[in-house]
Amino acid sequence: MELTTVWFLLIAVLWTGYFVLEGFDFGVGILLPFLGGGDGERRTIVKTIGPVWDGNEVWLLVAGGATFAAFPEWYATLFSGFYLPLFLILLALIVRGVALEYRGKSDSTKGWDRAFFWGSLGPALLWGVAFANMVRGVPLDADHEYTGTLFTLLNPFALLGGLAMLLLCTQHGAVFLALRTTGELRKGAARIAAALAPATVVVVLVFLLMARAGVLSWVAVAVAAVGLAVALIATLRGRDGWAFTGSAVAIAAFVATLFTSMWPNVLPALDPANSLTVTNAASSPYTLTVMTWVAAVFTPVVLGYQAWTYWVFRRRLTGAYSA
Amino acid sequence: MDVLDLSRWQFGITTVYHFLFVPLTIGLSVIVAGLQTAWYRTGKQEYLRMTRFWGRLFLINFAMGVVTGIVQEFQFGMNWSDYSRFVGDVFGAPLAMEGLIAFFMESTFLGLWIFGWDKLPKKVHLATIWLAAIGTNISAYFILAANSWMQHPVGYRINNGRAELTDIWAVLTNSTTLVTFPHVIAGGFLVAGAFVLGVSAWFLMRRREVDVFRPAARLAMVVSLVAAVGVSLSGHWQAQIMTEQQPMKMAAAEALWDDESSAGFSLFAIGDVENGRNHVNLQIPYGLSLLATNTLDGKVEGINDIQERYQALYGPGDYRPVVGLAYWSFRLMIGFGMLSALLALAGLWLTRRGRLPAGKWAYRLAMLGIGLPFVANSLGWIFTEMGRQPWTVFGLMRTAAAVSPGADVPSVAITLVGFTLVYAVLAVIEVRLLLKFIKRGAQEELEPEAPVPALSY
Ligand code: HDD
Ligand code: HEM
Ligand code: HEM
Repeated sequence: MELTTVWFLLIAVLWTGYFVLEGFDFGVGILLPFLGGGDGERRTIVKTIGPVWDGNEVWLLVAGGATFAAFPEWYATLFSGFYLPLFLILLALIVRGVALEYRGKSDSTKGWDRAFFWGSLGPALLWGVAFANMVRGVPLDADHEYTGTLFTLLNPFALLGGLAMLLLCTQHGAVFLALRTTGELRKGAARIAAALAPATVVVVLVFLLMARAGVLSWVAVAVAAVGLAVALIATLRGRDGWAFTGSAVAIAAFVATLFTSMWPNVLPALDPANSLTVTNAASSPYTLTVMTWVAAVFTPVVLGYQAWTYWVFRRRLTGAYSA
Repeated sequence: MDVLDLSRWQFGITTVYHFLFVPLTIGLSVIVAGLQTAWYRTGKQEYLRMTRFWGRLFLINFAMGVVTGIVQEFQFGMNWSDYSRFVGDVFGAPLAMEGLIAFFMESTFLGLWIFGWDKLPKKVHLATIWLAAIGTNISAYFILAANSWMQHPVGYRINNGRAELTDIWAVLTNSTTLVTFPHVIAGGFLVAGAFVLGVSAWFLMRRREVDVFRPAARLAMVVSLVAAVGVSLSGHWQAQIMTEQQPMKMAAAEALWDDESSAGFSLFAIGDVENGRNHVNLQIPYGLSLLATNTLDGKVEGINDIQERYQALYGPGDYRPVVGLAYWSFRLMIGFGMLSALLALAGLWLTRRGRLPAGKWAYRLAMLGIGLPFVANSLGWIFTEMGRQPWTVFGLMRTAAAVSPGADVPSVAITLVGFTLVYAVLAVIEVRLLLKFIKRGAQEELEPEAPVPALSY
């Protein structure tokens, strides 16, 4: 396999990891105002992601760094072109991170919980919008500079993508909470997961069918559909582990659909002659070789200790204690 | 202001802000790990109380380091897209390695440390804080390797108008990196030392919990002194390398206008940039030659001569950074840092053999002294980065050519104002939280924080 292909895949994997893991972090934040009755419950809800959210976010940072190293043109065009949406995402991530770390240390949690909510909802929606645009194509000139405006990015298709990602993360968060809690909290989360499922299935599948291109992406869409179905059925039967697996698979397949549809472009232009591809956006073979070695050595190590973290914190948290 | 100016302000503000939290994280992570090790070894409750007290403050600071770091990761693409295109091949590699090797490590193990007090065996729990601290320091190495490449590009060739990596080892063992890393780490410990000392002074002034804050203060002062030696030694090496690699920066730092042998180290100068000379210049004889070349009569190049040489080399243009800024930031970096070390030295004397000073002034000075190394660090970066101007990548790419061509003034203005405002609000919140947790002291809760939710299977 060519190294450019390897790195396209690796970056797809990093984004997949990011959305599968941070997806439930976002979902938890979005559901907090709807699920947490009292202080104690809200604390339990936040605590389900407390030990892991920062590690989950690093998937994004590494996706960014890997893009910079392997496809500098992609990094440059994407982030300067999607300037204001990215700014909003960064602000949201700042506010959310601070809220998560400081809410437990403050006298009043109300403001922080609001910040946590918006800081989770914003990125879920905006990443969806951004990825929909990456699949659809954006106006680029011959120097690969973005020539559109903010409103070019807010087209109906992209907004549908945003909604799909938002629903997917919320659903994933609900299923995750059901898996990680007990009692009323668990029941409430499962109820929300079931209630959201029909809308999620419809919006996600419609979006994916509009987005998909190429043979491989059919497979990915099919897998996403199966994942969502498993999540719903398992939720109804109270099989939390399976439900979580289903929705994780659905998110992974969602990202896979987008990346398989882009390939071999990394950022298609409306005028195909100006598209950024895995070839014209890539670093030199030497850099790709070096980075491949680094990734080959360290990725298993990272996966190992992250998996261990989830193992350490595998037990359910009960919501029934007072703060 | 145009897009270039706005982008420079934005990068400067967000980065200096990020670097307020970074040095404290670097130093304090190791101190907390050391305290927990002492507890693990001796089982003394004082060490546990100290670990938990400083650990809490460390976490409040760390959170800000993380969220401001996220902005850094994407800024190169947002505001400096032509820069990113030009250097990505070389510069992206250490950045990606930093994420994969260091960020995962620090964030994952810190999560385990915070929530793992009652879930992990003591020994494993101790290992998690060490791994987080090591990750933090590794992260510093990679990012400094990236930055050093901008100061002194190595291991690359120019192909199709881009810098392409030819030797990753050369980049990771750049001579500039090797001297910058100890300097920045030592600077971090100076910050942590002053912080622990200042906070402890607040307690000692009130004679509160003397049993834990006296040892903390003594430890902090020793850390500060060792760090000051480290900062001076590595700073000396840096100055030598800089004289060779970026003579203009050294000359500007010393307001040295013309080539000179046996050059003195300037203490105070009033310069005349227009005519390229000084009105007043108070010097330590031979000081600069000694600092820069290790000999008393070494030749150091002057601004006017380098300017001429560069015009011949790189074409017409002004290759002088803002001389006054370089001069004063260099001086004050050293001055504030040394002042901080002096405080620590005085403090060790005042607290010798079980003593505690009676009056209040010593404690007040120690508290005020917290600010010194923070300012010294910011000035160090302002000197390093602005002394490199007009280059973004020394000798290869000018700052004016690095900025995003597609960015427009309103967008950059919005983000500049947006980040600055949010950062200002966060600064207030963070300081309040720190004060709140400082005032609580290290007395309460020897048991893990807050009621832990009951476990069920
Ligand atoms: C000498 C050290 C140093 C320097 C020059 C920088 N940083 Fe930094 N950074 C750290 C040392 C550090 C750290 C000590 O590792 C931090 C600070 C507090 C923390 O949480 O980790 C961190 C956090 C941090 C994070 C969050 C990591 C996480 O989630 O755990 C990111 C993405 C960056 N940084 C990125 C950058 C970039 C792109 C920089 C270049 C402009 C930069 N930092 C300058
Ligand atoms: C954290 C410590 C750092 C501080 C405090 C700092 C400070 C600054 C300042 C004040 C400027 C503005 C200079 C000017 O506009 O004249 C600047 C510019 C810049 N620095 Fe740094 N810097 C730091 C680290 C880094 C690192 C680690 C990198 C690269 C990895 C970097 C890359 C840049 C770039 C690309 C610019 C913009 C171009 C320019 O204006 O020169 N900086 N930095
Ligand atoms: C005897 C004392 C010192 C000397 C001789 C010294 C020397 C230097 C030199 C020459 C540089 C520029 C390196 C370059 O641009 O290539 C520098 C940068 C810097 N200094 Fe110092 N310094 C001293 C003290 C301090 C202190 C006390 C601090 C902070 C606590 C500090 C923090 C920094 C930082 C953060 C930088 C920018 C990063 C870097 O390039 O290393 N320095 N110093």
